[in-house]
Amino acid sequence: MSDIVLSRPVPVTTEPPLIRSLLIGLALTFVALFLFAPLVTVFVEALKQGWAGALDALRMPDAQAAIRMTLTIAAIAVPINAIFGIAAAWAITKFDFRGKAFLITLIDLPFAVSPVVAGLMLVLLFGANSTLGGWLIANDMPIVFAFPGIIMATLFVTFPFVARELIPVMIEQGRAEEEAALTLGASGWRTFFTVTLPNIRWALLYGVLLCNARAMGEFGAVAVVSGKIRGETATMPTMVEMFYNEYLAVAAFTLAAVLAMLALLTLLLKSLLEWRHADLLAATRRH
Amino acid sequence: MNIEIEELAKEFGTTRALHPVSLSIPSGALVALLGPSGSGKTTLLRILGGLEFPTSGRVLFGGQDATGLSVQERRAGFVFQSYALFKHMTVFENIAYGLRARKRRERPAEAEVGRRVNKLLDLIQLPDIGTRYPNQLSGGQRQRVALARALAIEPRMLLLDEPFGALDAKVRKELRQGLREIHDRTGLTTVFVTHDQEEAMELADLVVVMSMGRIEQVGKPDEIRAKPATDFVRDFTAA
Repeated sequence: MSDIVLSRPVPVTTEPPLIRSLLIGLALTFVALFLFAPLVTVFVEALKQGWAGALDALRMPDAQAAIRMTLTIAAIAVPINAIFGIAAAWAITKFDFRGKAFLITLIDLPFAVSPVVAGLMLVLLFGANSTLGGWLIANDMPIVFAFPGIIMATLFVTFPFVARELIPVMIEQGRAEEEAALTLGASGWRTFFTVTLPNIRWALLYGVLLCNARAMGEFGAVAVVSGKIRGETATMPTMVEMFYNEYLAVAAFTLAAVLAMLALLTLLLKSLLEWRHADLLAATRRH
Repeated sequence: MNIEIEELAKEFGTTRALHPVSLSIPSGALVALLGPSGSGKTTLLRILGGLEFPTSGRVLFGGQDATGLSVQERRAGFVFQSYALFKHMTVFENIAYGLRARKRRERPAEAEVGRRVNKLLDLIQLPDIGTRYPNQLSGGQRQRVALARALAIEPRMLLLDEPFGALDAKVRKELRQGLREIHDRTGLTTVFVTHDQEEAMELADLVVVMSMGRIEQVGKPDEIRAKPATDFVRDFTAA
């Protein structure tokens, strides 16, 4: 033992300076190259003809219709999927039943299936060539190339976000607090609103924000189902593509910038909520 | 209130957690369900509390069939193994939960809720912790808050699942005394689950030794020590 002589003690919990700077540098380069640069490019391109050019682009009726469409989709799809997601996570984590594993797989399906395929499935199911679709069109309730189809496609694609965010949290928390509430005489609903919901609110918030980001940004499924009819069924992402294909670069990038800003806004909102409730968050965290 | 357990059995799928067991608990007794893990003691306690339902058999509270009563209708004060305090509520709100959850016409006014919560905080000898959150309490304090919360609903009986399991040896001894005192003051029929034979023998009036889903012996602590009914009881209580 005595023949082992260390000239300098090397802490076991840290790496040599060279490796450290290399790793940090690598991470920062990656972030700059793949996250930051594209975002900046969008804004630079949007403002290539100055603010006036960008504002002109936003005044185009097609652009305005697309913005309205996307906001409406998010306003409808996100609450629905928040409720479905809570219901699915609640059922999976608080009860035992047959087919539970199958249900969990089913929830992940939209992640596994390409959005374009999802869109195509809706077209095949509800399009003019199917019996059901033909009947719906005959009765003046078209789904494909119309608003209901876009909502359905968005719901399908964004379904897993809330449930996926909630399930691990709810598994970790177990059932004891709910059981305690029941023994104290609380009804199922009361237990849900006073015990379960407060315990999952942060996970729910993250899930809703992710769901919202995807609902506003979804391209593939919506592109197939909506038919991209200008001023009618075109959403922001599909409109960006159409502008771009027509060499209206400023319009395309301006609309893309607005979409990016909506996403940044939701992230800002999340940080703001975390910051405002920091003390409560710390006080109620698990030990 | 006395509790009668008649031929109670519980199966989870194909596994038998509880063979038909019968047990008679006199009113006001302090009873220990003693056994190793997997002996069915927690299952039996949860059936009494209405958190599980038996596959067959009956439970009678005060002579009346309670087998089909929902967990809310049982009015059993239940203390969970890790206490299951509501993390996002203060100690006061935790204890007041059961009173505020009552139907409107049975619900006491807020002033009355406050009075009762403070009385319970006095009973557990922690009068000044109402505004704290559970994670700001020690293990022993949490256990006593859980006890106060269970007592707040004016329960018909008190059921405790390994109430001292998560505590260190010194606190454990103190709280044993505390539970005994609260039991004697309220006069509630009290059933607690433990795997610690010393705890059961020291604290309980009546010890129910369980193994593999069966009741091996029921008796006063010194009876069980003096005359173990089976080899299992002798081995387990000698440990």
